[in-house]
Amino acid sequence: MPYPEPIQEFIENIALIDDRAERVQVLIDMGKSFQPPAIEKPYPAENRVPGCESEVYTWVNLNTQSTLDIQIVVDNPQGLSAMAMAQLLLEGLQNHPPALANLIDEDLVAKTFGPELSMGKSLGLTNLVRQIKAQALKLA
Amino acid sequence: MSNDNNPKGYAHPQALVSTGWVAANLDNSNVIIVESNEDPLLYSSGHIPGAFEVDWTLDLNDPLIRDYLDRTGFEKLMSRLGATTDSHIVFYGDKNNWWACYAFWVFHLFGHTNCSIMDGGRLKWINEQRPLSTDAPFANHSTYTAPERDDSHIRAFRDEVIAHVKKQGQLVDVRSPEEFSGARTHMADYPNEGALRSGHIPGAKSVPWAKAVNPEDGTFKSFSELAELYQTTQNLNPSEPTIAYCRIGERSAHTWFALKYLLGFENVKNYDGSWTEWGNSVGLPIEKP
Repeated sequence: MPYPEPIQEFIENIALIDDRAERVQVLIDMGKSFQPPAIEKPYPAENRVPGCESEVYTWVNLNTQSTLDIQIVVDNPQGLSAMAMAQLLLEGLQNHPPALANLIDEDLVAKTFGPELSMGKSLGLTNLVRQIKAQALKLA
Repeated sequence: MSNDNNPKGYAHPQALVSTGWVAANLDNSNVIIVESNEDPLLYSSGHIPGAFEVDWTLDLNDPLIRDYLDRTGFEKLMSRLGATTDSHIVFYGDKNNWWACYAFWVFHLFGHTNCSIMDGGRLKWINEQRPLSTDAPFANHSTYTAPERDDSHIRAFRDEVIAHVKKQGQLVDVRSPEEFSGARTHMADYPNEGALRSGHIPGAKSVPWAKAVNPEDGTFKSFSELAELYQTTQNLNPSEPTIAYCRIGERSAHTWFALKYLLGFENVKNYDGSWTEWGNSVGLPIEKP
């Protein structure tokens, strides 16, 4: 089953890039387009993504159109990979019905970043995907 | 032990250089600056001008088996960096130099000991608003002749750790307290740290790796603070053989560096098999508090 359209398009495009430096640049651009929400500290521990060393927090609610209102904080200016993953999830799910999160799976991290992530980094990003999916599906 | 040249009193102060020293040596042809990160995007987003990237997966690990690169691979890597056997390699990176220390350790397996860590790492350089570049560094490829990798002095393997445990030797578990205690902190259905069993190697002392670092700027703590942490609080003897471990040997490379170069422990090894090997092995003893 394909991912939500913007995500599917992104991973199909990045899969066509053989050059690592070029692939990294696409991900950097994705990470730099991430706009942090205006949420004041301290962030609640229950919103923290477990295992993510970049200290990522997520909130998923419904807006007035009963579609997803997702907010993600990456509390680390060096957390570029987490920002890229967050931005990709936002592009795929923000303002869409919660059930669309059913199309997200853990393979998204490997399909986005390739096989070169450390175990810890991979776990953190996978947990970000899992947490957003779980929070969204609770609202479905 | 502290003086003007060694204000923090380290046993081997030459193993650390400051961000200011690096800034003053950017044009020093004998100094090769290497960035090594966990996050694969950081280097390309901006690095110290002229710094090379050494990626732990692509450059330091064997692509097939769980091991490090061999002599040929190391020679090829050093040639790419334009290094000679006299080159002074200065490592820095993200996560308080966690991966930089790992690269430093791997370089020592090949006998390239003219290496330093830039104290405070990438974040300190950036916080000091020092220059960053996205330009690819240039180096004339060199001819580098390396010895065969020698694992015997600073790398511990499983059987050696088993013997060490039987002798009640010193072990330092540098993982988080939750990993050390065996508490399941992972999400449902995700194996705890990639291992079937949780807990720690019997007799290990828990000293999370990041305790060696000042949280405000990522620099290493002073000799006296480190001695308090490892020797006074945990009763570790610098003269006794010591083995550090974590999950796959990267965080413990950071502690290995602190023990060996900053505190001057005489015989420290990094068990890179670490918990992913120990916690998955059949029949090995495990301790839980």
